Amino acid sequence: MNTAAEILAGCKPLTRREIAKRLADDIPEGWYVNLGIGAPLQVADYVPTEREVIFQSENGILGMGPAPEPDKINRWLINAGKQYVTLRTGGSYMHHADSFALIRGGHLDLCVLGAFQVAENGDIANWSTSDNESAPAVGGAMDLAAGTPRLWVLMEHTTKTGESRLVRRCSYPLTAIGVVKRVYTNLAVIDVTDEGFAVRDMVPGLTLEALQDVTDAPLRMASASR
Amino acid sequence: MIDKIVKSMAEAMAGIRDGAVVLIGGFGSIGQPNALIQGLIEQGAKDLTVVANNSGVGHVGLAALLETGRVRKIICSFPRTADPVVFEKLWREGRIELECVPQGTMAERMRAAGAGIPAFFTPTAVGTKLAAGKEEREINGRRYILEQALPGDVALVEAWEADRWGNLTYQSSARNFNPVMATAATLTIVQTQHIVELGALDPEKIVTPGIYVNRVLHVPYGEPTVT
Repeated sequence: MNTAAEILAGCKPLTRREIAKRLADDIPEGWYVNLGIGAPLQVADYVPTEREVIFQSENGILGMGPAPEPDKINRWLINAGKQYVTLRTGGSYMHHADSFALIRGGHLDLCVLGAFQVAENGDIANWSTSDNESAPAVGGAMDLAAGTPRLWVLMEHTTKTGESRLVRRCSYPLTAIGVVKRVYTNLAVIDVTDEGFAVRDMVPGLTLEALQDVTDAPLRMASASR
Repeated sequence: MIDKIVKSMAEAMAGIRDGAVVLIGGFGSIGQPNALIQGLIEQGAKDLTVVANNSGVGHVGLAALLETGRVRKIICSFPRTADPVVFEKLWREGRIELECVPQGTMAERMRAAGAGIPAFFTPTAVGTKLAAGKEEREINGRRYILEQALPGDVALVEAWEADRWGNLTYQSSARNFNPVMATAATLTIVQTQHIVELGALDPEKIVTPGIYVNRVLHVPYGEPTVT
């Protein structure tokens, strides 16, 4: 029998883009979705336009479309990551207080954020890795995390040095408490339940034992899929 | 006849005092009223508190204002744009105070100020270090913190079109913080790309009604650069 390390070495982790696609496959038509800046923005690339999912950008766009053709840039139209975007047919603009009232009022169906750590009680740490490194900068992360009824996190399963990002309790400064519902990593899709982390699925060839070997918090298999 | 259109920058900036709280519109450089910021630099008011989402890019606009050393404190959600060189230096040297506020809380604090609401409860930042020192209360089983309204003495706003009553429209995502800041300040000063005749703006499309606006300056500067 193979050791956990051999099993891990033998399976193929998803790339960032493959995680984004895996997550996008779980977004049904009709949802209103905010994608955090960075890797979560790639999720939009894997939702086909015929599946009508409405993306919100917290700087006041509802119905955000993909990046414009280079000769069709609207220089007043940027997303929360300050990149040029488009407005899809049916889209609308709002000012910042209305945009965050929409978020804080719980009107979105889903928010996808990146994170440094997610704890088994649903706590998320995604805005600061230490208390002193540079000026604190939170942006809209705390509003999105506390205000959206369904928060999914897209992140690598471990740090570059191999430490688990799925933890019993976050050691980095918190963004919000008890809010994460599901985590998509390069190794697995994991629900956050009242009883802790429950694995929905894993990359081919991976076993629960091998996944546990690189995960700080205890894992169990989800009882039934969906 | 009401005419809020001013002819010069000096007229636009008249009366801004040392120690003023200045709300500055924009998200990054989009919708940021750079001409008015330059006017404030030339006007010379000091010991200012600035409220803005970001902390300036390179050495222009908001960054240029910070570089004068006349900003004592910045209230900001994300002081980390592509090139925040001026802010980072001042902050590391302890020459500027930073109050980091969640973006939605910042917008709502100004909305509250404009709507006569002195403070409000929100779940944003509960259990985090940004809740330190704030009153917490449980309402219907959920934890909330009390956030104070954030009024300004002055708001600097960028609009797309304006008429002499101060009715305003905006362009795409350049709307951002501008309308809410216009409601939250005692003196709201607007730079606009276009001046139109009274009656030319479709009443259904006016975003900021003129009641919130005190002065309008025509600044047809063309297209912004992103960062």
